[in-house]
Amino acid sequence: MRGEILITDIIKKNKIEEVGAKNTEASDKMIGKWLKCDSCKEILYKADVKENYSICMNCGRHFRLSARRRILQTIDDGTFTELNEIMPDVNPLEFEGYLEKVNLLREKIKINEAVKTGIGEINGIKVAIAAMDGNFLMGSMGSVVGEKITLLIEEAIKEKLPLIIFSVSGGARMQEGIISLMQMAKTSAAIAKHSEAGLLYISVLTDPTTGGVTASFASLGDIILAEPGCTVGFAGKRVIEQTIKQTLPDDFQKAEFLLEHGFIDKIVDRREMKSTLTNILRLHGYGGEHK
Amino acid sequence: MKSAWDKVCIARNMERARATDYIENIFDGFIELHGDRNFGDDKSIVAGIALLDGDPVTVIAQQKGKNTSENIERNFGMTNPEGYRKALRLMKQAEKFNRPIITFIDTPGAYPGIGAEERGQGEAIARNIFEMSKLKVPIISIVIGEGSSGGALALGIGDEIIMLENAVYSILSPEGFATILYKDASRNVEAAEKMKMTAEDLKRLGVIDKIIKEPEGGVTEESREVFINVKKVLIEDITTLKKNDTEKLLSKRYDKFRKIGG
Ligand SMILES: [Zn+2]
Repeated sequence: MRGEILITDIIKKNKIEEVGAKNTEASDKMIGKWLKCDSCKEILYKADVKENYSICMNCGRHFRLSARRRILQTIDDGTFTELNEIMPDVNPLEFEGYLEKVNLLREKIKINEAVKTGIGEINGIKVAIAAMDGNFLMGSMGSVVGEKITLLIEEAIKEKLPLIIFSVSGGARMQEGIISLMQMAKTSAAIAKHSEAGLLYISVLTDPTTGGVTASFASLGDIILAEPGCTVGFAGKRVIEQTIKQTLPDDFQKAEFLLEHGFIDKIVDRREMKSTLTNILRLHGYGGEHK
Repeated sequence: MKSAWDKVCIARNMERARATDYIENIFDGFIELHGDRNFGDDKSIVAGIALLDGDPVTVIAQQKGKNTSENIERNFGMTNPEGYRKALRLMKQAEKFNRPIITFIDTPGAYPGIGAEERGQGEAIARNIFEMSKLKVPIISIVIGEGSSGGALALGIGDEIIMLENAVYSILSPEGFATILYKDASRNVEAAEKMKMTAEDLKRLGVIDKIIKEPEGGVTEESREVFINVKKVLIEDITTLKKNDTEKLLSKRYDKFRKIGG
């Protein structure tokens, strides 16, 4: 994971005398308790970071979250019902080694697919929610991701629920080729139906949201929020650099760049995400006496 | 038997018939309309209104050049956000005046550039897909050369999707695919095969509906019989699609994409 480089022998001298002292005989497990911020290079105690919504206490960098933790941070305790947790695997192009790779990964990281979907409450307001997971093949969108998101949207239409999608994606699931591309059409058409039904869709962009996900449901929110500093774009930075033969600035395709160019509504600190979502939901009449 | 890579080469051939060749040979009285009313006029897309067998239709077409200078003018068929927004503006106009829409797809992909990102390439593609899924007029999409990535799909939400025999349609180029999955761009021939990007493969996968024959070596501006054939198919398809009421047309369009990878 990009945000969390585990320390081995690189331990900065200041602020961590304690760590340094312990480190001489530290077990792997001990070292595993620390991480180095890839932004400010500060060494951080993992448990503290976790307590702090996985945000660097020193510089505010938002580290990547698993879908599971995203749901935990967003949805009221005990109210989440997961939908379509297990889906049949598909290999539409019969791409060699694909299903084996998926299965191995699943066993290793205990995550089923690159998205978790379900119904839950945010401060008592019932919502349909999807959280993508960058740990699973970079959050790439294949048939299962497209299908789970579409089924969730269809459920939201049926139950007249607002929809919230946290995106994180490297783009298309290459091993599924054209079928992966068509998931953009499928999910976007479902979003259009949800919209026609007059229901609210809040899209939340997190690091990174790129490719086919950016070019489909992630860009179609009635309201689009983003976490600070996250990368959001259609084309990959390297592809653009190769095309135009120049190096791109660091802030290119960051949330702040998108805000500047008018493609997101608001950058929201993760610690304020739940209250912001609640506020927006209430402003749309959800959770009041009328609903 | 041509390999998938052979077809990629034919699809990219400089001599291959371009969108404007189809427009000239199939329609009457084409009037080109320009601009997205917001930023500019993207020349990778030629769009306007014409008569098809006497009935007005809106035509949206990605245009590559036939030589280097034309290609530079057309940005090699790589569309910028304003191109997709021009297309959307004219598709909405078609809906207002109840004209069927015909899109011709021929692109190596949406343009990957600084300005394209600044102007929201991802949003532009997403918006087209979103809007096309609910346009209340028949839409027919034809892949005439290269249909690559979201840059093609942004014009590809059709009720009927047609491919020329040697056209290809894929998530990205075989070179890009080989780079990402094999870490070796030179395995492009193998990648083309594995990607299932030919018209035949895509018909089998249920992604497209019809294939139009080409002469040996591929369609050029001289291939009259191909244009006649495309015209015939378009007239037939529009007649059939017009028999649906709006609700039926839209629910069929939704189901068409809904079932892919379900
Ligand atoms: Zn930091």
